[in-house]
Amino acid sequence: MRFELTADQRLLQTATADYLEKSAPLGVIRALHDEGRTFDRDTWRRGAELGWTSLVVPEETGGGSVSGEGVVDATVIAEQFGRGCAPGPLAVVNVVAAALAEAAGADRHAGLLGRLLDGSMVAAWACCAPGRGWDPEAGAIEARPDGDGYVLDGTHDGVEHGGDADAFLVLAHTPEGLSQFVVERDADGVSVLPLESLDMVRGFARVDYAGVRVPATALVGAAGGAAAAVERQFQLAVVLQCAELVGVVERVLEFTRQWMFDRYSFGRPLASYQELKHRMADMTLWSESGQATMAAAARAVQERRADAGELVSVAKSYLGQRATDIIQDCVQLHGGLGVTWEHDIHIYLRRATVNRLMWGTPSAHRRRIADLLNV
Amino acid sequence: MTATTTAVSDATGMESVDSFRLRAREWIPANLRRLADLPADEGAQRNVSSDESAWQRARALQRTLYEGGFAGICYPKEYGGLGLTSAHQRAFNEEVAGHEMPMRLNVPTFTICGPTILDMGSEEHKREHLAAAIRGDEVLVQFLSEPGSGSDLAGATTRAERDGDVFVLNGSKIWSSGAYAADYALCLARTDWDAPKHRGLTMFLMKVHQPGVHIERIKQVNGGDEFCQEFFDDVVVPASAVVGEVGGGWAVASRQLFHERNAVGGGSPYFSGARAEGRRGTETDALIDLVRRTGRADDPYARELIAEAHALGVIHGHLVDRVTAGMRTQKMPPTAGSLIRLFHGESATRQAEIALELAGPAAAMSAPDGPDTREVGVSFLFRQATQLGGGSTEMARNIISERILGMAREYAADRDVPFNQVRHGR
Repeated sequence: MRFELTADQRLLQTATADYLEKSAPLGVIRALHDEGRTFDRDTWRRGAELGWTSLVVPEETGGGSVSGEGVVDATVIAEQFGRGCAPGPLAVVNVVAAALAEAAGADRHAGLLGRLLDGSMVAAWACCAPGRGWDPEAGAIEARPDGDGYVLDGTHDGVEHGGDADAFLVLAHTPEGLSQFVVERDADGVSVLPLESLDMVRGFARVDYAGVRVPATALVGAAGGAAAAVERQFQLAVVLQCAELVGVVERVLEFTRQWMFDRYSFGRPLASYQELKHRMADMTLWSESGQATMAAAARAVQERRADAGELVSVAKSYLGQRATDIIQDCVQLHGGLGVTWEHDIHIYLRRATVNRLMWGTPSAHRRRIADLLNV
Repeated sequence: MTATTTAVSDATGMESVDSFRLRAREWIPANLRRLADLPADEGAQRNVSSDESAWQRARALQRTLYEGGFAGICYPKEYGGLGLTSAHQRAFNEEVAGHEMPMRLNVPTFTICGPTILDMGSEEHKREHLAAAIRGDEVLVQFLSEPGSGSDLAGATTRAERDGDVFVLNGSKIWSSGAYAADYALCLARTDWDAPKHRGLTMFLMKVHQPGVHIERIKQVNGGDEFCQEFFDDVVVPASAVVGEVGGGWAVASRQLFHERNAVGGGSPYFSGARAEGRRGTETDALIDLVRRTGRADDPYARELIAEAHALGVIHGHLVDRVTAGMRTQKMPPTAGSLIRLFHGESATRQAEIALELAGPAAAMSAPDGPDTREVGVSFLFRQATQLGGGSTEMARNIISERILGMAREYAADRDVPFNQVRHGR
């Protein structure tokens, strides 16, 4: 639960919650999964009208926050996505939109940005080497200068919603250093392989680039100057992911608590056994701590503070681990029902597990913290 | 000595936080010593040492703060405080980091006893004792636990019998930190043995050193001897010492426990001095120093452990902020202080474990010419104190599940039973 939302943020929160409940209840998510689909384009477009895609993009470039604090606003949406394990490319579209809007010479990509904002197109951030986690140096493919443009060769793996993307923001090394390019899905030499995902509807893909020719205007920002933007995009992706974890955990604890009141054993509710009460107390503490650290990270990213990178990693290292700890113990409290396909808890466990693994595992974030502390 | 920077007030007459901060920034270096400059024998042990001189030093420092206009920041003006907000206190805490402060007066004097007197005491109690504490003239202490009742605090069997204008106390209290150096104590005693246990209690604000009070120090595992046990033998306490109502002692104790949870968890607005939680604290620096001395700074596992310990400290600060906001906006009940209390116990335990792992065999012994890692081993031995002091973590879990999550109360065999019919162990 958020304590200090503005009236506009509350409106955004309620509108998103209501719309997700109507358009994408768990039954719809199961149906999408059965059909091998990730999300519904019309639903996404209407979500964009509610503000899902535009909060972290400045007004001058077509976006707009509701509170003046777009990153915080976006975490309000992400939390609701977590509560419903909602379908849709929320994190990646926001990350790519922010990247396009913030880069020097942003008007080069105004067309794509506009279509991301209105929900008619989807873009994904391709930045991880196959089999590797978050490591931008290793994840950057090769971009060789060729005439007026560049030729891209290499492979990206674990591209979130890569199978749905109309365009990619591609991390690459040019001779000048770390750079980012916009590459169309249907450019010659691009092939996309959707991968089977642990999540019901959040897809991942492998993207291969075989001699993909792009003009210099495909660069986002200056050649070789992407390192700071990449770190910023990573922070945004992680903080949205953490907000989603907060929502997932909050919802699971709500229905598990209710189950403990309703389920009787030996003539008394589960909620009357001290051993179980104490486990719920621990889980409540972890959930509250997770909300606290996510909110602090969101504020730091919002304000572009120097410690934002550290706080984001603190939040992810904690929430990534605790979220799955909590949900697994809630599975235990549900008994045999908890490990059935029919019970909904696995849908939440799937989302939490995927979030734990992507954008840096808790362990990887701890190593990042140690680096930032100059141990 | 007062600061030369002028105070800037807002429309309500209250000085702005920024103005207060600037005055503190000017005053502190001119009046308080830097911790780094303290003589070695006053240095590392200054906050844990249990000799009388350390308490005298704390009183002197408190007087310095009082004379400089930086004491009792959140206490009302009419009782000797400054009547400012927790934001002012936070600003002062940030500015005073790295300087000598009377840290031992925070718990329980300013964060537990003071606020309880403020909530429940008589006008006379407040005028006399709060002002004296803020001036550095009085140290307060809690006489709550007894040898026979720890978590079951309301099961107190210290007896207070009315005799005209006075009460006569007999019994024993325990775990009262620093009682030997204190002036007044909040003492919970039983005045009615026919009433059920919570309804027969009365709280007294009693003089510590007086005829019939015998104090013994208790030596702890870590070598400290701050804990005391008191024995009362026909101790005479005036009726004016009653805090709240006769028979209403549990209501006072409940406020005390509320303030204690906040104090132990790190959420009290009356805490004055730099806190470790919420930023890169001395704990993290100590761990980094430790792995450098033991040659493990490049070991990926050691690095992850340091990051984990550091993250817990940072998140503790975030949780304090969240729970404080939750209680202020009434979206969380006042019992939510149990969350920070539990986090503190759990994280301190994990941090002690991590320090032990990082020190390795060096924590088991110390050589005169080797890295000084003895403290790590001793802290580990004393680890459970963070899960016991200030209310056990089991009680915190009861409170969270019952008061916050609304789950069934634990069965109590003594509920609504006249206390003189309740069974006791030996």
